[in-house]
Amino acid sequence: MRYQLMTAALAATVALQFAGPAAATDLEVTHWWTSGGEAAAVAELAKAFDATGNHWVDGAIAGSGGTARPIMISRITGGDPMGATQFNHGRQAEELVQAGLMRDLTDLATKEKWTEIVQPKSLLDGCTLDGKIYCVPVNIHSWQWLWLSNAAFKKAGVPVPKNWNEYVAAAPALEKAGILPLAVGGQPWQASGAFDVLLAAVGGTDAFLKVYKDKDAEFAAGPEVAKVFKAADDARKMAKNTNVQDWNQATNLVITGKAGGQIMGDWAQGEFQVAGQVAGKDYTCLPGLGLNEMIATGGDAFYFPLLKDPEKSKAQEVLAHTLLDPKTQVAFNLKKGSLPVRGDVDLKAANDCMKKGLEILAKGNVMPWTDQLLSQDTQKQKEDLFSEFFAKQDMTVEDAQKRFATIVGSAD
Amino acid sequence: MSKSERPSQLFRNLNAKVASIPMIFTALVIFVGGTLWTVLYSFTNSKLLPRLHFVGLDQYYRLWATPRWLISIENLLIYGVLSLVFSLVIGFLLAALLDQKIRFEDTFRTIFLYPFALSFIVTGLVWQWLLNPEFGVQGVVRSLGWTSFSFNPLYDSSIVIYGILIAALWQGTGLIMCLMLAGLRGIDEDIWKAARVDGIPTWKTYLFIIIPMMRPVFITTLVIVASNIVRVYDLVVAQTSGGPGIASEVPAKYVYDYMFFAQNLGQGFAASTMMLLSVIIVIVPWAYLEFGGKKRV
Repeated sequence: MRYQLMTAALAATVALQFAGPAAATDLEVTHWWTSGGEAAAVAELAKAFDATGNHWVDGAIAGSGGTARPIMISRITGGDPMGATQFNHGRQAEELVQAGLMRDLTDLATKEKWTEIVQPKSLLDGCTLDGKIYCVPVNIHSWQWLWLSNAAFKKAGVPVPKNWNEYVAAAPALEKAGILPLAVGGQPWQASGAFDVLLAAVGGTDAFLKVYKDKDAEFAAGPEVAKVFKAADDARKMAKNTNVQDWNQATNLVITGKAGGQIMGDWAQGEFQVAGQVAGKDYTCLPGLGLNEMIATGGDAFYFPLLKDPEKSKAQEVLAHTLLDPKTQVAFNLKKGSLPVRGDVDLKAANDCMKKGLEILAKGNVMPWTDQLLSQDTQKQKEDLFSEFFAKQDMTVEDAQKRFATIVGSAD
Repeated sequence: MSKSERPSQLFRNLNAKVASIPMIFTALVIFVGGTLWTVLYSFTNSKLLPRLHFVGLDQYYRLWATPRWLISIENLLIYGVLSLVFSLVIGFLLAALLDQKIRFEDTFRTIFLYPFALSFIVTGLVWQWLLNPEFGVQGVVRSLGWTSFSFNPLYDSSIVIYGILIAALWQGTGLIMCLMLAGLRGIDEDIWKAARVDGIPTWKTYLFIIIPMMRPVFITTLVIVASNIVRVYDLVVAQTSGGPGIASEVPAKYVYDYMFFAQNLGQGFAASTMMLLSVIIVIVPWAYLEFGGKKRV
């Protein structure tokens, strides 16, 4: 085993130096990165992998993770696994790992000292099950950002808010100026994610962990979470007239100044960049809604299904190595707008918002996110609840909190 | 078997029996087998992968305590009853009107049947645009000067299901009309003549003579419409994706979402078993009346 691995690693190094089509192994990689900025980022990964003498066969699946994951899973369980596939690290692939369908990367990880390279360490925890490592994290995406349009606030004649509370206070002025205060798209995960951000920001890190990590239903029904629901009620009133579905359409409302702001993950930054906007001048970003500056260590990772073909298995290792390569990390994350998973790379080209994120990361203000803490089943129930809550203005806050507590109580 | 002199019953019409083996196999293994498998696993706590770990009726308790499922059932009932009534009534009226020996019958028939050539996905998208408040019907009427006109079903939780119903009727009524027209053409001319000689008004002839004679056509239509109702899924996905919120969810979508998005097979199976049960509750008494009665006569 060791010997085989050594040979593989040797082969990998050789391939790295003598890049050429002769030793090319085709490896199909599936992912759901299809928007403009995302596709550009994936192209960086493909370029780096092709440079090792292998061939990246792109298996992009359009329509966001919700659409793509069932397809990926059915391919793996149906006996037609791809060479590698994207998931959000955490519990999405948990059962596939338990069923022995995913490749154990522990040996490679020990050899390349992933535990030392990958920063923050909790990132690798999302890839670990029973002490074994099953995936390669490629970036850090955090949900806890508030994106504000400076132009919209100028038009409304109020200063750009510095935190959530000021923002809520500024909402009537925005409305008077004919601007939608908050944009929340119609896709269920957006409402659900916005609530999680509010929980972490208004309730605080401890409250967040008590609810989602300890699954404390009593606490979820209590007065501290009631405050969060009050904030969510404000949010849904501010977002009442949003009539777009997709998250990037909602971001576009902020870019064009039709909406005051949006609670969305740092992937929204790519949209601002594509539109040629400058952080700090055209738009403002507030990590943790300006209340609780924390970064969640969610993100994307690559999993490698167990394959029979030794050639492809070898190529998998090369890919795993390439993904963590400092150069690949920089090129990929700059295009993606996400933070790199290693602390030792230089991101000079990063913009203001990314620098804010890097700073928080450097301080070690990190927390786990729902992808790591909750099963897909619980996530879906949460989405059902919050998409209803945001769409149905006459649903009472108390009723919603009661249902939320029930979901937390039955969560696994 | 070789001892008997007469050829065995089993081998009579051998060709026909061999030819039907694939269908019998499909029916037994895929339909019946798949159904039994689903029902069995609905009593387990299977998550992403099927596992035989029984938890009794837990999945069903959870199902009936889920607001989204209850909304789905309510939507299906509203949609089902209305689409049954309207498609039969409109379909029959259109057919009766076309049957008045009018000019350009072929043209009208083609126009009415045309929407049926579109899939539910396309229908859903077309009506999503037509019902969009800014670009669709509301926008057009407002631009004509009637600025207070409001018709915005897809963004209003309380009436969104009617927006879907409109699209479904537009798509499906043409087919019902054709079936009805075929039924009307199957009625002997002499019956009409006899009714006219007796001085029975046309509407009475339709109501008391023609419609009872068209019973088989109505039953066929009923089966087609009913099966379309229970499995409605793609129309909702294309038109509203269940929104706003969860106001236009339907049971088939619940099944799919929980099996694949939520990675909870047990819950999805329990929901699909409930769908099967509801179909059985409707079909069994009807089948009993329809087929069971005749044997005794």
